[in-house]
Amino acid sequence: MIDVKNLCKSFGDHQVLKGVNEHIEKGEKVVIIGPSGSGKSTFLRCLNLLEEPTSGDIIFEGQNITSKVTDINLIRRKMGMVFQQFNLFPHLTVRENIKLAPVKLKIMTEDEADKRAIQLLERVGLPDKADSYPVQLSGGQQQRIAIARALAMNPDVMLFDEPTSALDPEMVGEVLEIMKELADDGMTMVVVTHEMGFAREVGTRVLFMDGGNIVEQNEPHAFFTNPKHPRLKDFLSKVL
Amino acid sequence: MVTLTLSNWLETAPDWILSLPENLQRLLFQLYQTFIYQDRWTWFAQGLRITFIVTIGALILGIIIGLLVAMVRTAHDSQRMGKHNPVLGVLNVLCKVYLAVIRGTPMMVQLLISCFVIMVPKDDFGSLICGIVTLGINSGAYVAEIARSGLMSISAGQMEAGRSLGLNYGKTMRYIIIPQAIKNILPALGNEMITLLKDTSLVSVIMLRDVTKQAQNIVANTYQPFVPYVSLAVIYLVIVLILTKLLGILERRLRASDRR
Repeated sequence: MIDVKNLCKSFGDHQVLKGVNEHIEKGEKVVIIGPSGSGKSTFLRCLNLLEEPTSGDIIFEGQNITSKVTDINLIRRKMGMVFQQFNLFPHLTVRENIKLAPVKLKIMTEDEADKRAIQLLERVGLPDKADSYPVQLSGGQQQRIAIARALAMNPDVMLFDEPTSALDPEMVGEVLEIMKELADDGMTMVVVTHEMGFAREVGTRVLFMDGGNIVEQNEPHAFFTNPKHPRLKDFLSKVL
Repeated sequence: MVTLTLSNWLETAPDWILSLPENLQRLLFQLYQTFIYQDRWTWFAQGLRITFIVTIGALILGIIIGLLVAMVRTAHDSQRMGKHNPVLGVLNVLCKVYLAVIRGTPMMVQLLISCFVIMVPKDDFGSLICGIVTLGINSGAYVAEIARSGLMSISAGQMEAGRSLGLNYGKTMRYIIIPQAIKNILPALGNEMITLLKDTSLVSVIMLRDVTKQAQNIVANTYQPFVPYVSLAVIYLVIVLILTKLLGILERRLRASDRR
């Protein structure tokens, strides 16, 4: 589904990604962990071109999205993204947040989008918040709305960029629960997180990034019980 | 034609005026001269019409120019390192020159140059257009910087969220960034509107009969500057107070999404 070939990204003189190669299958739940500055967020943001790669190719559903002729806006409709800071639209109600993209891109009519919004709000457990403004919600609720907003476009893959890092500890669980349900429904997911429990429980594959590359990857059980690379051993000994 | 003087006015005035102290009689006479004699209140009314037309025209033009310039400037400044669009670069330089020239010269001088050197209008309508265009271009420079501060006040995450949903740059601007920016710049924009309204008094130098020019005309007829000029000040003040009130209401409406 997603093929990443020799992906490099530099900010000025600082090279953040140093030739990453990765292949993500449909239905996989790939969890990316690693120390800060290792390039994991940059890698994720390159997948939908929020960061433009310096070189390398990203093939999504058979289309090279780094090519100049590809309309990235059409690609992004198929890739939902959830941010660390939620990034809900503060001037719109929850319902309007969810409906905005499907309606303005003429994918759904107002009525269809309305039905879809209600359905998604039920799915994330917040059906009574449709007419609230984001500022009236807790962090955990905002992040659940952000997930619903991304799902409104019926994406083929969901990208999560540290979705629980900005939350108060007691709200982390509710967001992870929604993500787990999403995984159980068969959604393809790429998740950058510091939640090792989530990686172990929900991930089908865990990647460890360090110094701009993927240095080790495995299925979760072996990844956590039998790490091989010294950097990963060191990292796990600190976080677990 | 007989000139109106205090003494011949008093002959026709009602009795209660005759019993007033002399200073008050004088003031009432000047008020009569300024507003009632020869229907001079219509001079003010006609002047106000011109003032409003120039203000509204210049305001619309200023906002359009300002928004365009602000969008060019922010789009240019938010480009990633090492990636520069040459067209945007040229536009950005043009915008910067525009801002420097307009903000660096007095509005009075701009009016004189534009109406006596560049456009040279031949009739009243031409002068009106000249006034609107000049004030609009002037106001645009200030609106541009206000709008730019508004666009920059919205976090980059909002643009990313919009783009990640598949909305293009223009749609994200229109539906997500600009509505939030407008809310943030409304006080500053209101300030600019008020400044613009008052600055329209300068158009009297290009033969436009705005409310200031009309007050001057009345003084030229009565040789009494006190009442016409003080009235003029009161007229501007009242309009500004009404405008401030309206802006306050609008601001409260737009703040609806901020209540907890």
